[in-house]
Amino acid sequence: MKKFQATCIASALACGFGFASTAPLTAADFEVTGLVEPELQVFPNRGNVAGQKRFNSSIALEVTAEAFWDNGDQFVVFKPFARLDQNDGNRTHADIRELKYAYVTGDWEFRVGIDKVFWGVTEVAHLVDIINQTDSVESLDGEEKLGQPMISVSTVQDFGVFDFYLLPYFRERTFPSMGGRPSFDIPIDETQTMYGSNDKRQHLDFATRYSNTFEDWDVGVAYFQGTGRDPVLNPGLDTGGNLVLIPLYAQIKQASIDVQATKEAWLYKFEGFWRRELGEEYIQATGGIEYTFYQIFDSTADLGIVAEYIWDDRGATNANAFANDAVAGLRWTANDEASTALLLASVVDLDTQATSISLEAERRFGNDYFVSLEARFFENVQRTDPLFSFADDDFVQLRVARYF
Amino acid sequence: MTRFSILDANPIVRLTVNLREEHQPMSRNVANFTDLASKTALAWIIAAMLVIVPAGISAAIAEELAGLATLPGADDPAARGLAIARETEGRDVGFGNTSANMKMILTNAYGETSERELRNLVLEITEENEGDWSLIVFDKPRDVDGTALLSYAHILDPDDQWLYLPAVKRVKRISSVNKSGPFMGSEFAFEDFSSTEVGKYSYNWLRDEACGDRICHVTERTPLYEHSGYTRQLSWTDTTDYQPRKLEFYDRKDQLLKTLTFTEYQLYQDKHWRAHDLFMENHQTGKNTRLVWSDFVFQAGLTESDFTTNALKRAR
Repeated sequence: MKKFQATCIASALACGFGFASTAPLTAADFEVTGLVEPELQVFPNRGNVAGQKRFNSSIALEVTAEAFWDNGDQFVVFKPFARLDQNDGNRTHADIRELKYAYVTGDWEFRVGIDKVFWGVTEVAHLVDIINQTDSVESLDGEEKLGQPMISVSTVQDFGVFDFYLLPYFRERTFPSMGGRPSFDIPIDETQTMYGSNDKRQHLDFATRYSNTFEDWDVGVAYFQGTGRDPVLNPGLDTGGNLVLIPLYAQIKQASIDVQATKEAWLYKFEGFWRRELGEEYIQATGGIEYTFYQIFDSTADLGIVAEYIWDDRGATNANAFANDAVAGLRWTANDEASTALLLASVVDLDTQATSISLEAERRFGNDYFVSLEARFFENVQRTDPLFSFADDDFVQLRVARYF
Repeated sequence: MTRFSILDANPIVRLTVNLREEHQPMSRNVANFTDLASKTALAWIIAAMLVIVPAGISAAIAEELAGLATLPGADDPAARGLAIARETEGRDVGFGNTSANMKMILTNAYGETSERELRNLVLEITEENEGDWSLIVFDKPRDVDGTALLSYAHILDPDDQWLYLPAVKRVKRISSVNKSGPFMGSEFAFEDFSSTEVGKYSYNWLRDEACGDRICHVTERTPLYEHSGYTRQLSWTDTTDYQPRKLEFYDRKDQLLKTLTFTEYQLYQDKHWRAHDLFMENHQTGKNTRLVWSDFVFQAGLTESDFTTNALKRAR
């Protein structure tokens, strides 16, 4: 009895909410979960910027608190995140990934607060995914995002799913500091950040998306109007007269499409957008195939091959290195109880032959530990290449996540 | 010569089935009876009821009797096997929608265990030639907490499947052509999980035999899905409640691969049986997986809008 009381005090909220449970769907009406993830990075090459170290350690914490009621038709999610980094002051940062209230009624869903939304189908470049800003100090793959304040409405109708978003506040992209790795060789001066709109961060952005499934085809069409998430990096001078890059967040209009056809073991993917930015119009697109060999060599393992192409009709810029690039990848999944998986991917710039290679390996240990090892190498990168800043920043990274 | 004696010898059984058919049109094995047989059997029923009712257990016995179906004879094993499968399916018609929790206990050849927990929502699709819809939400291991799988099952075509990855908030349409891969690293393949639809197999009844303290129809069934991981399965179906008691899986080389035993049956809504303990033993690797179901809710109030990609994203 004493023990029960202690538990109940320790998780007073859980006890309070827990007994109200009648909904069959929700395992618990209030739940707190999370992970602590120490990380170790090794950079085999000496950095070409003063202050860059060979070794870096950091630790990340993410907590998810969720409360559901009304048969799961109403819920609140709070997901704070923080990282403490040994060498990179910008990487030591905290963010509210989610803090939202959602209300579902029939075919309609309303959300207000900070949330994350993903659009797209391809594996390497995520071109049409525009709602959230990239938390680029977290990962080079562009998949880590900052929480975005929004009011959103989504409805599922016979003729498809419609999503509407009002985005009242803008998040600036995170950049590594000069001591961080990988980082730009010319520092980014965020004190001089410029905006295309006088409203700056307060500009009210708008987005809408229609998506539907037509048998083997999944199709999405979207429109966005507001502050572009990708900054233009203009050279300038800081107060001390040193060369810096100054981010400019322009106003953009963007229409996009993403399509996937699922034909047995073959997946065909395409996504692309038309964008109007600073009086200029341009198109970016990516597409490719994924094929999976199942139960290779009489084992339980699957081997998937991924081939994609990425194109930007402006050519390579410092805002986007992927202008005429080819992606080749292999994904091996053991389908074992540890969920062991390996992903090998290479991206080759077909104009300059600059190549980036990444290898990711992951598996679970026990029930609560998940270990991921990542290595990235940059080869054959010319001085003129937008990737050149990263050329000396090959790294191997180990993360050990403890879930609770 | 002993044949599958119980069914053929007992007129009560036959008529009970006949009566039942009139009240439950979803059952598919309507037998033809002569008037005489019907009357004889009716008399049996009345007599039986007279005896039973005072005992106050009529409902239970009627149910027991209603559990017996008439099947084609042993001279047509294919028709008999099919009829058994149809009877099993027919008895679960009308479940509507369910929600339930499941725990998987995986044991490797060294006796080490790991666990998974998930919730499973099912929507019955009554259209002919279509399978049910399901939404599976994973709770454990914690690194996959919130990962969810939406499936629209088909009979002979690959299912439509979407996987939701909560860390990146991404819904991925995935290829489901390969149904024979392990489910969550367990000894269950995806195809062992998906709804058992009559049209997925061809059948051949082999024999009736004792299975534990019961009597079972033993049927060989051959998957019609071209990418199935099995050449054939042997199923032991109880002759009274028509629920599976045991399944043997034979791999592509026709070697015995796995045995699945169903126990801890419970009856819901006076009609729908659910096994709460499914034990899958892999004879080739020495591994096993036990599924423990709990918290079954029938008519859980689920509709098609609970089985959309939007619902997938908020399924917790």
